[in-house]
Amino acid sequence: MAKVTIDGIEVKVPNGSSVLQACEAAGKEIPRFCYHERLSVAGNCRMCLVEVEKAPKPVASCAYPVMDGMKVFTDTPVVRNARRGVMEFLLINHPLDCPICDQGGECDLQDQAYAYGHDKSRYGEAKRAVKDKNIGPLIKTVMTRCIQCTRCVRFAAEVAGTPELGGTNRGESMEIGTYVEKALTSELSGNLIDICPVGALTSRPYAFVSRPWELRKTDGIDVLDAVGANIRIDTRGPEVLRILPRINEAVNEEWMADRGRFSFDGLKRRRLDRPWLRKDGRMVAASWAEAFGVIADKLSKTSADRIGAVAGSLADAESVLALKDLMAAYGSANLDCREDGAAIDGARPDFYRFNTTIAGIEDADALLIIGAEPRKEAPVLNARIRKRWAQGRFPVGFIGPAGIDLTYSAQHLGEGPVVISALLDGSHPFAATLKAAQKPMLILGRGAIARADGAAVLAAAWRLAAEAGMLKPDWHGFNLLHHFGGQVGSLELGFLPGQGGKDLAAMLGGGVDALWLLNADGFDPARIPASTFVIYQGHHGDAMAARADVLLPGAAYTEKDATWVNTEGRAQRSYRAIHPPGEAREDWRIIRAFSEGVGKTLAYNDLDALRARLASISPVFARIGEVAASGCADLAGPQAAMAMEAAPFRLPITDYHRADVISRASDVMAECASVYGPQQALAAE
Amino acid sequence: MSAPAHKEPHSFGFDAESEAKIATILKRYPESKQASAVIPLLYVAQRQMGRLTGSAWVPRVAMDVIADRLSMPPIRVYEVATFYFMFNMQPIGRHHLQLCGTTPCMLRGSDDVLRACKDAGGVKGVGDTSADGMFTLTEVECLGACVNAPILQIDDDYYEDLSYESTVKLLEAFKRGERPKPGSAIGRMASAPAGEQTVLTGRGDE
Repeated sequence: MAKVTIDGIEVKVPNGSSVLQACEAAGKEIPRFCYHERLSVAGNCRMCLVEVEKAPKPVASCAYPVMDGMKVFTDTPVVRNARRGVMEFLLINHPLDCPICDQGGECDLQDQAYAYGHDKSRYGEAKRAVKDKNIGPLIKTVMTRCIQCTRCVRFAAEVAGTPELGGTNRGESMEIGTYVEKALTSELSGNLIDICPVGALTSRPYAFVSRPWELRKTDGIDVLDAVGANIRIDTRGPEVLRILPRINEAVNEEWMADRGRFSFDGLKRRRLDRPWLRKDGRMVAASWAEAFGVIADKLSKTSADRIGAVAGSLADAESVLALKDLMAAYGSANLDCREDGAAIDGARPDFYRFNTTIAGIEDADALLIIGAEPRKEAPVLNARIRKRWAQGRFPVGFIGPAGIDLTYSAQHLGEGPVVISALLDGSHPFAATLKAAQKPMLILGRGAIARADGAAVLAAAWRLAAEAGMLKPDWHGFNLLHHFGGQVGSLELGFLPGQGGKDLAAMLGGGVDALWLLNADGFDPARIPASTFVIYQGHHGDAMAARADVLLPGAAYTEKDATWVNTEGRAQRSYRAIHPPGEAREDWRIIRAFSEGVGKTLAYNDLDALRARLASISPVFARIGEVAASGCADLAGPQAAMAMEAAPFRLPITDYHRADVISRASDVMAECASVYGPQQALAAE
Repeated sequence: MSAPAHKEPHSFGFDAESEAKIATILKRYPESKQASAVIPLLYVAQRQMGRLTGSAWVPRVAMDVIADRLSMPPIRVYEVATFYFMFNMQPIGRHHLQLCGTTPCMLRGSDDVLRACKDAGGVKGVGDTSADGMFTLTEVECLGACVNAPILQIDDDYYEDLSYESTVKLLEAFKRGERPKPGSAIGRMASAPAGEQTVLTGRGDE
């Protein structure tokens, strides 16, 4: 530890810290543009100049290491003059177009110019102009505004792992760009907008839409992947205008995936805004009472074991519990939440959670990925893997299709379950790598067990984890990577076939006469037999809604107070940012209202009572925002009655930008899909 | 600079001569630090283009080939190549005239040399390529040979102590396909004093 005196305040900071970090520890705010906590130090903007005792001239605090006994002055005439000088230089070529700049009101340069800018310019010559770049449908560039802090270059290379941005040419002609015009291939590209300190990189869908001070900000959770990134939903009136990440070191740090950030325009399109009924083969608008009447009538005429319910990947914990309780009231055990048919074993929570935790990835020292593509399934989690990989000594093995770029170097071990067998019997060289590691971990993709021999793959993966030393009392290296924010919550609530209950395949195989689908869009509606009466409760008129006999309009994740459980088993609360459209209602209230109408009133009539019941079912709902300390004491794993097949693993998310109902309704995502998407998907449309 | 406006070749591959050079170059760097070879390899590519097409420049495909060879992202190669003006990012003439216009050369008559380049070389000015594709003129900063100013670097060779007349003669020789001996145009030895020796003459009269 080094003792440093900042403006007379004495602080102790670790050796090797920068002066800027010491200043922050002392509570002094240092202006900066190029410095960013999570990126390497560039030291090229010179805005963070401070005076250090005995130093002949001001020093750039971000790149200056502390020394014991150092005396730093952050607010002297020298410092202020130096920063004014830097600011004047920065403003020489920066256009004075704040009134038409989307960054206006939340611009680092604008804010700092208030403190260090001159009231007039001494520069009379022509300003430099830079041609705008086309780097894809998500990011709008106004490169004349660029102050060449190179944060975007460093983010793309270091965090996103897609080194496509760079600074070409030199001096006056230096430009930031891709040189060869191309769309950035990162799933984290939206974060470039956040880290750009000026208005050079702004959100293309949000261009000229709003000013930050007009927005109402609501805390939410991104449910479009299973990371559960903490987000801020910015709304004006009845509209979501943008979504930004919030900082949560344990989950998303300060990053966010593109699909969660940009697909919200899908919340305005193809929405179910009133109940609908199928009459004589055609959908007709109905009232809530009519819709409930039809359902009640149908369910009362159906025996309990012929009623089924499916919870989908975007269903919140509250409504899943309400539906489960309703089914229990009817006496049905036909529940399932595994729309993709994944052979998840709900017997123990650590069979289906990401037990290592996302932050725990940084402690691991070897990783095996089985049938998952974290880059597309959970981009923010992938950035965490990359962060660990970049620190070195982190062998990564990958079992799945060849030619996948995970943004870090992974040894391709093979394509199918045969590799798991080879790792189990030690005949594969990577088995030794795992054995040698102190804290090895494996990530099993949900897609790898969503196949006929899924149970066998799950059992084999667990056995491999146990044999490779991944399961220790203080370390749990077995991880299942889910795809959406609602999936783990349903599992925690045990929304799985009960005693004698039918699973999804049995229900679709003619096992039920009435099927209640809660946000269930994850399987092909054509699999539902024509005779089955389908109640679809959800927010988007996607393919499944078209198959329904009754449509109950629900609320999307931005429109309700809800609890979501991420892949780690971390329950997080999101709050209502806007009201659901038309007659749509929060989903648990719909089910509660229905239960009352049929005389099976659920035992809670407000959110607090419902949440108390949630907490009584699973402890994850009692510790919001936390995960239990991980570690595995019981090595007994899931059992499978079958053997693994030879078929290679196929990755589940082929079209990243159109993976859920909300993004499928989004124009922005449609444009992304046409730019980035697989060519065969384009041909099919 | 965004994508160049000129015509880019569709493919690029190193020939045997270049490959031999690359093998020597790569040996200088440890296994994981091969990216350090980017500047030498850019030179190899540029010289190969000069040898094979008569125009020493680095097309984008060549940069991609180098990135691939050195296992580095293409943008890192673009950054280096565009930073150094020694790499030509667009086709140039057969001979690259690099005229120094920094103070000592300017005082010693680089303006005359520039005039000679325009008159004899057929270039309209700095940055231009002559109509016959023979010369491209670039103005460069100090070439570090100020004692023998003014300097005109043609391709890799320094021609020193130039005047209008000697420059014209020089360029005429290049046009005929000759390659005059580099060095001082007034016959001085390296950077020894011009004219005859004035000290250490052995005459014993100092």
